[in-house]
Amino acid sequence: MSDPIQLLTADGTRVEHPDVAFTPDAALLAQHGDEAGVLKALLRDMSLLRRFDVEATALQRHGELGLWPPSLGQEAAQIGAGRALARQDHVFPTYREHGIAWCRGIDPVGLLGLFRGTDHVGWDPVEKGYEPVTIVIGAHALHAVGYALGVVHDGAVGTGDAARDTAVMACFGDGATSQGDVNEAFVFAASYHVPVVFFVQNNHWAISEPLARQTRIPIAQRADGFGFPSYRVDGNDVLATYAVVRRALEHARSGQGPVLVEAVTYRMGAHTTTDDPTRYRTDDELESWRRRDPIDRLAAHLRAEGIADDAWFTALDAEAEELGADIRARCKALPDPSPLASFDETYVELTPTLAAQRAEVVELMDLDGAEHEEVAR
Amino acid sequence: MTTLTMAKALNAGLRRAMEGDDKVVLLGEDIGRLGGVFRITEGLQKDFGENRVLDTPLAESGIVGTAIGLALRGYRPVVEIQFDGFVYPAYDQIVCQVAKLRTRSGGRHALPIVIRIPYGGGIGAVEHHSESPEAQFAHTPGLKVLTPSNPVDGYWMLQQAIAHDDPVVFLEPKRLYHSMKAELDPALEPGPLFASRVVRQGTDATLIAYGPTVQTCLAAAEQAAEEGRSLEVIDLRTLSPLDLGPAVASVTKTGRAVVVHEAHRSFGVGAEVAAAVTEHCFYALEAPVLRVCGYDTPYPLSRVEHEWLPTVDRVLDAVDRAVAF
Repeated sequence: MSDPIQLLTADGTRVEHPDVAFTPDAALLAQHGDEAGVLKALLRDMSLLRRFDVEATALQRHGELGLWPPSLGQEAAQIGAGRALARQDHVFPTYREHGIAWCRGIDPVGLLGLFRGTDHVGWDPVEKGYEPVTIVIGAHALHAVGYALGVVHDGAVGTGDAARDTAVMACFGDGATSQGDVNEAFVFAASYHVPVVFFVQNNHWAISEPLARQTRIPIAQRADGFGFPSYRVDGNDVLATYAVVRRALEHARSGQGPVLVEAVTYRMGAHTTTDDPTRYRTDDELESWRRRDPIDRLAAHLRAEGIADDAWFTALDAEAEELGADIRARCKALPDPSPLASFDETYVELTPTLAAQRAEVVELMDLDGAEHEEVAR
Repeated sequence: MTTLTMAKALNAGLRRAMEGDDKVVLLGEDIGRLGGVFRITEGLQKDFGENRVLDTPLAESGIVGTAIGLALRGYRPVVEIQFDGFVYPAYDQIVCQVAKLRTRSGGRHALPIVIRIPYGGGIGAVEHHSESPEAQFAHTPGLKVLTPSNPVDGYWMLQQAIAHDDPVVFLEPKRLYHSMKAELDPALEPGPLFASRVVRQGTDATLIAYGPTVQTCLAAAEQAAEEGRSLEVIDLRTLSPLDLGPAVASVTKTGRAVVVHEAHRSFGVGAEVAAAVTEHCFYALEAPVLRVCGYDTPYPLSRVEHEWLPTVDRVLDAVDRAVAF
C-alpha cells in the first residue's frame, strides 16, 4: 500500500496529489469567504481544540476531572474529518473525538461531564448528530451500521438531494480494529451496502500496545478483504484529511456503500491521564512525530503564504487563553447530578421495583437533612 | 376463534405488530426465506419484503448491535437469536449497550428493541440448544424480561413487547412451540403486560413458575388434586420487572411456596423470588420457600435431560417437604 495521501507536508508546503485535491465545500466557503479564510478557520479549530484538551488534562491533574483522554496530536485528523461532515450526517464517536464534537457545535464543557461524574452526555445526540461516546472498544461500529441501515430504509441515501442524503461516521482507533464487533460491522456494512464511513484514527498506540500487535498490514488494506474501498491519509494533514473524508462521505451519501478511511496520526499524549507512556515508547519516536505536528505545519503554511500575520496569531492565542479560562470556570461550576437521575433514566417506563428503590433513596435523603431536599424534588 | 400452536401464535403476533407499525423490522439468522429454524417468522419476508425481514450475517453481536443502530434511527427492531446458547456472543451488546444506552444518553434515547430467544430444554437437542439464561438478563438493569407460557400469552405479550418503549428480552419456551395449542380470540383485549397471574386456584401450597415449567406445575397440581391436596399455581410471565403481587397474596393464604424453573438453581430467579416472598410473607410462612430447578451443571446430555429438568414428581416431592416442615 502506498504512502498516506498528503496535501500539506510536515514543513507546511502544499503538494499535489494525483487523485485528491483540497476543495472546501460550498458551506465552508460561504462561511469563511474564500479558501484562505477556510484555512485560517481550520487552524483556529485545531488551535482551540488543543487549548481545550490541554485545559482538560490540567483540570484532571488538579482533581477536577476523574480522568481525561487527550486528543493531543490528533487535531488535524479530527478537525479535517469533522469539518467534512454535513449537517444531517451522524457520528458514533469514541471517548477521544473531542475535535469532531467541536465541529458538531457541541459545547466542549459538555464533553467534561462524563469525566467529572456530573453528566453522562452534555449535548442532545439527535440535534447534534453526535452520539454519546462509547468506551467499550468498537461496540459502536455496529450501531453506526444499524443507523446507516435505517438511513437506507428511510430513502435518505443516493437521492441526489444534498440536504437529504446522509452518511454515518463510525470513529475508532487502531486497537479497535482487532475487536470482533468492528469486524462484524465491516461484514454487515458490506452485506447491506450501507452509507457508513469507518473513520480510523491510527494513532499507533492502544494504551501500551503498538500498531504491530494489532495488524501486520496497513489498516486501510483490511477493507479489501471485506469488499469496500478505503483511503489511507496523512492524519496530521488537515487538508488531506478533510479532502479524503469529504470524498468518503460523498461516496457513502451517494449510495455507493461503506468506505474505510485510515488517518495515520499519533497520540502525542498519554492514552488517558492514568497512563504513563514513558514506560513503553521512546523520546525519539515522540520527537519524530513532534516534527510532523498538525498545527505547526498549517501555521507555517499560512505564514509563508502571507495568509495570516502576527496580529492574527496573537489574536488567536488570546482567544485560546480566553477559551481555557472559560472551560476551567464552567467545568468547576458543573452541578452535581441528582442521586435520583439514574432511577429516572434507566427505563422509559419506571418499573415498580425501581420506583420502590427510588422511594427508599428519597426517604434516606430526607433523613440526612434539609440539604438534600432540593435534589430530591 | 382459532386454535394455534405457540409457534403459530408468535408468528401471528409478529405479523400483526408489523401490520400495525411499519417501523417494526425483524433481524435474525435464517428468518427470511426459511422462516426461522423454528418457523416463527414463516411467510413474513414474503409478505413484508426483505427490508422488513432481514436475514443477517452469522454474527449475534452484529445482529444486536445493528438493531441498536436501527432503534436510534427510529425503528423498532425485533431480533431473533436462533438458540439460547448462541446469545453469548451478543452479551456485551445486550448488557453494555442495549441495557445501558438510555442511561448513557442521560435518558434521551429510547431503545424499543425486542430480543427473542427460544429457551429451555426437553427437546432432545445437542449442547448449547437447551439453556435457560433468564437470570443473566433479569439481573441486568435496563432490560425487561418476559416469558410466555402458552400460545395466547405468546400472541399478546409479543405484540405488547414490540409496542413497549424499553428493551425486552423475550424468552420463548421452545419445547412448547409445536406441542402446545390453545384457542385464541384476536378480538379480545390483552391484559397488562408486566403482570403475573394465578393460573390455578388452590389452598394448600403455592407453585410459582414461568415459561415451560408452568405446564409442569399445572400437571403437578392436577395430580395433587387427585391425592386430595389443593395447589395454587402462579405464572410469573414477567421476570423483570418481577411482579410478585399475586404470589405474595397466594403465599399469604397458603403459607407454603415452591418455585420451579429449568435454569440452574444457584443465584437464579428462584432465589430472588424466595427472598422477596420471605420478606413479604414472613409471618404467614409455614415452611421455607423451596426451589425445584435445574442442577448447577452445564445442561446435560439429552438422554438424561429428564433427570435434570423439574418434573411433576420433583415438584410434588418439594410440596411434601414444605407441608411436612
